[in-house]
Amino acid sequence: MKSFDILRQELSAGTTSCEKIAQTYLAAIDNGKHLNTFLSVFAEKARLNAVAIDKKLKSGKAGPLAGMVVSVKDVICVKDERVTCGSRILENFVSLYDATAVSRLKAADAVIIGKCNMDEFAMGSSTENSAFGRVKLPQDGARIPGGSSGGSAVAVRAGMSTTSLGSDTGGSIRQPAALTGVVGMKPTYGRVSRYGLVAFASSLDCIGPFGVCVKDVAAVLKVIAGHDENDSTSAVVPVPDYVSSLTKDIQGLRVGLPKEYYGSALNTEIREAVERKIESLRKNGANVVEVSLPSTDYCIATYYILATAEASSNLARYDGARYGYRSQNPEDLMEMYVESRTNGFGAEVKRRIMLGTYVLSAGYYDAYYKKGQIVRRLIYDDFHRAFEKVDVLITPTSPTTAFRAGEKADDPLQMYLSDIYTTSANLAGIPGISVPCGNDKQGLPIGLQVLGKHFDEATVLKVADFLETNV
Amino acid sequence: MPSNEHYEPVIGLEVHCQLLTKSKAFCSCSTQFGNEPNSNVCPICLGMPGVLPVLNKQVVEFTIKMGLATHCTIAPKSIFARKNYFYPDLPKGFQISQYEEPLCTDGFVDIEFEDGKKKKIGITRIHMEEDAGKSIHDIDIDTVVDVNRCGVPLIEIVSEPDLRSPHEAYLYLYKIRQIVTYLGICDGNMEEGSLRCDANVSVRKKGETKFGTKTEVKNMNSFRFVERALEYEIGRQIALLEDGQKVLQETLLWDSNQGIAVPMRSKEEAHDYRYFPEPDLVPVAVNQNWVNKVKATLPEFPSERRDRYLKEYKLPKYDADVLTTEKGLADYFEGVVENLDKKSDETYKLASNWTMTDVLRVLKVQHIEISDFPVPPKNLSEMINLIVDGTISGKIAKDVFEEMLKSKDSPRTIVEKRGLVQVSEEGAIEKVVDEILSKNKEQVDKYRSGKNQVFGFFVGETMKAMKGKANPKMVNEILKKKLSS
Ligand SMILES: [Zn+2]
Repeated sequence: MKSFDILRQELSAGTTSCEKIAQTYLAAIDNGKHLNTFLSVFAEKARLNAVAIDKKLKSGKAGPLAGMVVSVKDVICVKDERVTCGSRILENFVSLYDATAVSRLKAADAVIIGKCNMDEFAMGSSTENSAFGRVKLPQDGARIPGGSSGGSAVAVRAGMSTTSLGSDTGGSIRQPAALTGVVGMKPTYGRVSRYGLVAFASSLDCIGPFGVCVKDVAAVLKVIAGHDENDSTSAVVPVPDYVSSLTKDIQGLRVGLPKEYYGSALNTEIREAVERKIESLRKNGANVVEVSLPSTDYCIATYYILATAEASSNLARYDGARYGYRSQNPEDLMEMYVESRTNGFGAEVKRRIMLGTYVLSAGYYDAYYKKGQIVRRLIYDDFHRAFEKVDVLITPTSPTTAFRAGEKADDPLQMYLSDIYTTSANLAGIPGISVPCGNDKQGLPIGLQVLGKHFDEATVLKVADFLETNV
Repeated sequence: MPSNEHYEPVIGLEVHCQLLTKSKAFCSCSTQFGNEPNSNVCPICLGMPGVLPVLNKQVVEFTIKMGLATHCTIAPKSIFARKNYFYPDLPKGFQISQYEEPLCTDGFVDIEFEDGKKKKIGITRIHMEEDAGKSIHDIDIDTVVDVNRCGVPLIEIVSEPDLRSPHEAYLYLYKIRQIVTYLGICDGNMEEGSLRCDANVSVRKKGETKFGTKTEVKNMNSFRFVERALEYEIGRQIALLEDGQKVLQETLLWDSNQGIAVPMRSKEEAHDYRYFPEPDLVPVAVNQNWVNKVKATLPEFPSERRDRYLKEYKLPKYDADVLTTEKGLADYFEGVVENLDKKSDETYKLASNWTMTDVLRVLKVQHIEISDFPVPPKNLSEMINLIVDGTISGKIAKDVFEEMLKSKDSPRTIVEKRGLVQVSEEGAIEKVVDEILSKNKEQVDKYRSGKNQVFGFFVGETMKAMKGKANPKMVNEILKKKLSS
């Protein structure tokens, strides 16, 4: 678990090379096979790439991420590599192009090492819903690493890559970051191009980085952020230098604690861990106040209506007709559709497609989807009002620490509640980050979430950076 | 027998026009037709995992054009929606269309009957969407799909139920085609599917204000079929009602071979499209500035142009109608007028006559479009100028015209090369006339005894002797003078 800073120092001291760095990670991937973190590893490509970057470093022409090795959640396209989305239906599907975030990383001389396991189509909070087996928590193999970007979180935690790209639709970066004890950020909706991110819920999906520290996350975000003409929803907003905004100066910072996030349901150990961090903010000159986000209770319901509605449409293209899994010898067109989708998708994906189809159906649209849109606006307004008074909000990331595999697998509602503190940021489109916040009595990591204003990742990162180093 | 006269049909049309943009609606693939199947495709129009649509601005511009041409309100903000259904030629499993907030609403067009009467037909909405692919059903190799057409931009023009007969529907469709071709946004070809038409049809007793149950008729892929299919369906509905039965709300496909409309299988029909706003595209914002810019590029429309021809050139209505039917022809005619030396009602009529009869005849015989006509309008004007200034006769002009089709020479060059200049010199004509008269004493006597019909004989002989180059007016005058002396 070396940070990018350390790697850069070793590179300039000449004690390592990109090639050695890549080989170290490849060895860790090999040794950690039992964690089931990767769905594909580009061993030879990564090594050759690293050799080429070593040459660039020698001639002083290397990009800003030279020396960094990145793993990518298998829902983000890398040219000429498989993109399975953790699903049987795309098991052998190879992408024809690079996602914009990936091409920007490559252009900055990061080495892409492989694709990470995940909940099928990013639907889940435990990475148990992968068609290729669950991912294990490195600290305790009987437990889950959170999800849906569980593979990415574990890759960083177990030293299999410097950083990782994940996707966050309702907490899928922040929650596994919290449960594994790394940093994970969901940027503002529109900050990072979604081109090449296989869609789950288009109006909520965000690509974001995992890292062992806030600074690494800031360095990756700087490279992948910014307008992309291939994504109409990507924003034309200047991208600041995030790393240089990590000043640790929080004097006069206005911090809000949304009271709805600290209700009686919150686990005491997590509450106390978060409160200790808040205390250090106070001591260092921040003004901490309580705020209210009255629509909080509706977040999960709203999220599951809107996200499943969009998913039911986004996943319609996997029908066996053009690519991916196709059922054998169908009698007719309808049977090909039904059989391919029945056998190609897992249970949770099918559950959500059905939910989404239902809420968009004639006669139910107004009662569900349309109402969901209205409530989404209320949630947005809540945050807008809160951010008139404060610069950031601080909440727990997850209501629990890592739970045992199978513990919630049969109870979708319990599983959905894992996202109780994270879906609101996706619904409102604001940036959020999870930073490690100590461990519980069992030694399992606790995560703290910092939420900020639209496109103000700089402040969010600054606060997170402060909290990471001050206990 | 049921009497049709007691019933009134109520018809609304949904017309789809494929837009002539260079690239597809949401990717940069070419829209060219006739290319090899599945060659004009990319990950975006193939609906590959992870791709996103990016709106082609020209699609919006073309739709604004159509909206303005049909007096619609152009929405400052309109949104795209997904229309969800499974079909092999629909790679994404949904079609990007507009649903709740279309770009254009509340317009109208005037249709025009043969007797010149007009009727206003309301336009409910015009919206943008992408075309699906094309399933090619082949008995040998199952069904194959050509996705070249996937993502080609379409507009759908929805009329109010204002049409009261198949003929009105025909006139409306004709009008829509005329407008889109005039605007240059669609080639208007129904047989090739670049213009498609579905109809909503119901009938009711005359005087009734409520609408009857409607059916939807699809697959009427030629102008002729539209009228026939509607007549069939109206007859079928009236027969049902007269028989005490009910009209079922259903979708029918016109079968042009059998001349009947057949109900679609219910499985295909039972679509719940589950429309919802397309989250991958931002709302389309159109400000007044953009609308004004597009407005400035609008061409003059057929009816406006026709009215101008009546007023400005004093052309007969028939001429004005024929000349303005097609934009290319009207442009050609105006090109001819522009280069006339003398501008008068007579020369305008001459220009009209040559365009309407001679030019159109050649187009028909050679099966070519006006854009491929070999004689530039400037040359035709020059030829008319030569007629007007007496250099050539109208008869000679016919030869010059034929020569122009072949040689590309200017009419003046042709006239000079072939020595076709008209003889208008009095002495030269007199000399020939004298010879003819002296050679034909018998006919001269006949004429002088009152048989006026032999006058034509003298004209013919004189022209023949002068190889048609004599000024016919002068020949007439000189002959009259000599014969009466
Ligand atoms: Zn394309």
